[in-house]
Amino acid sequence: MYRKERSVPLKSSSSALYNNLSVLPLRDKQLTYFAAVHGSSVSLASAAPGGLSVSHRQLQAKEGGPAGSASIVTQVGGGPAREPRLPPAARSVFTPQMYESDGSIMVYWHALDLGALLQQKPRQEGTSSGLVLVFDVPSKGTNITLSEVLEEHRDSITDITSEDGAADLVTADDSGALCVWKAKEEFSLLTRISAFGWTCSSVKLWNGVIAAGYGNGQIRLYEATGGALRATVSAHARWIYALDLAPLTGKLLSGAEDSYVQIWKLSRSPDTGDIEIEHCHSECVTDTQLCGARFCDPEGNSFAATGYDLSEIVRYGQV
Amino acid sequence: MFNKKFMEELFKPQELYSKKALRTVYDRLAHASIMRLNQASMDKLYDLMTMAFKYQVLLCPRPKDILLVTFNHLDAIKDFIRDSPNILNQVDETFRQLIDMYSCLSAGEFQLIRQTLLIFFQDMHIRVSIFLKDKVQNSNGRFVLPLSGPVPWGTEVPGLIRMFNCNGDEVKRAEFTNGGNYISPQREGSFDLYGDRKLHIKFSIKAENAAPNPLAKEELNFLARLMGGLEIKKPNGSEPGFRLNLFTTDEDEEYAALTRPEELSYKVINIQATQDQQQNEELARIMGEFEVTDQPRQSTSRGDDLLAMMDEL
Repeated sequence: MYRKERSVPLKSSSSALYNNLSVLPLRDKQLTYFAAVHGSSVSLASAAPGGLSVSHRQLQAKEGGPAGSASIVTQVGGGPAREPRLPPAARSVFTPQMYESDGSIMVYWHALDLGALLQQKPRQEGTSSGLVLVFDVPSKGTNITLSEVLEEHRDSITDITSEDGAADLVTADDSGALCVWKAKEEFSLLTRISAFGWTCSSVKLWNGVIAAGYGNGQIRLYEATGGALRATVSAHARWIYALDLAPLTGKLLSGAEDSYVQIWKLSRSPDTGDIEIEHCHSECVTDTQLCGARFCDPEGNSFAATGYDLSEIVRYGQV
Repeated sequence: MFNKKFMEELFKPQELYSKKALRTVYDRLAHASIMRLNQASMDKLYDLMTMAFKYQVLLCPRPKDILLVTFNHLDAIKDFIRDSPNILNQVDETFRQLIDMYSCLSAGEFQLIRQTLLIFFQDMHIRVSIFLKDKVQNSNGRFVLPLSGPVPWGTEVPGLIRMFNCNGDEVKRAEFTNGGNYISPQREGSFDLYGDRKLHIKFSIKAENAAPNPLAKEELNFLARLMGGLEIKKPNGSEPGFRLNLFTTDEDEEYAALTRPEELSYKVINIQATQDQQQNEELARIMGEFEVTDQPRQSTSRGDDLLAMMDEL
């Protein structure tokens, strides 16, 4: 179904952090951007189709906190609006930083709380105190302002997801609790899904279905409205580090410390309305504990992954 | 090393040591004994230790197992010193402190500790001959990750999908092959002061080699007698002791020192005078932890065997 394609080398290896891979395909430019965190810097690589002609860049998290405190970048995310940009969020320094796509311009630096913001729509990023900060980003200019603080989680936020076009947002934390929000002028909490003892490291939203990956290797599917549990999958033998969804097909991808990327297909039965999930494909990245995995296109015809200590991004495409 | 004051310092919340700082601590610990190693042998010993520890941290089935690894180490140490009640008490005290501080951390917090440790070990791929021989390490220096065996405690063997309707009733089941060959775990390891840790990561390089050699003690005694009778050259006024060479010959050791790749050199700082202390606070603080003022030294008469001398360290 999928076969291995040419890897994209990175200037530095990837750190063992959740969701440690960001992929941004730019169709009009025939380029794909890849980013992975290494300690306090971010490795950026942009590749043409086929993995040829790769160019590299390294972004260093700026020190902004108390003197001497080292910042570790915890997650890097990319979004399409404005020009694509990849903002790292520094956990201990609490400084959000944002860059334009070529990494050259630092758009914003607010030395107060942890947060980072992408895109035209207000977007949000988690903090290690469990707070979710919502910023407004104008389509032009650098006047980014804090618009709201969501206080529901008691543990540090691990992942945030939202659906394009939908008004819903899901936040996940280190204890495994999930919060579902509705976004209008302000955000309001719709549902809270309790933890069951394992960290939720990654969460995705698709057509009102929440897909969550946990530290015990399990994937769970929930109804976004109401929070009912709809499926459990004993997917991996080790801690799941990454999930991704291909929005046009409902394909789900999971990557874990057990070296496997698993591909699934989500669907909703037209008669009963029940959510179904089936397994499609397994891929093993030998001797690698995966820390990041993403689809490279919205149909899910190709995907990429990276792992701890790995200085490359492995890629697979559908045959 | 298990001195109360030193342990108190270690247990204070602090940042991960830098590579330089840890190497300096290691040097001081090694030279606190009667052992002397020159640069090349010290480098080799340190490489061995870091890669072995990296292996253990990396292969822990679940993050809380790094605590079990620590308990395994302490169990082994207690075995070495079981005839010395003083030190045994100190180690037990350390054990209790570990239990107090770490037993109630969540899985997520342990994973954060493990991820932080992995940052320290990132990009270290030194090849260790015993790991290469046992096929736990590849020739490119990366560790072999098994795709079979028991899943960690709390994880299910991959393969089952369960689907529920809106009332919470299970309506469909499906199975899939995940690719690996996993089985259920037997029992959780013990986190108590005494207990079966049930963790089988190869952790002791020495132990796995051979059955205990009853002649070992005799050999060491003989060595001690030989050393007692030999004239030990004292190079440049350093204290008497014995010099440990981890290579086959002195020439090999010198050659290794000359040909060691630049990127692997540890750039150890020798801290001497007070001006160094002011320059580097972190290292000065760590040095301070080595000031042992309340440790009574047992007097050793000439002819005591080497094992007893090592016991009192």
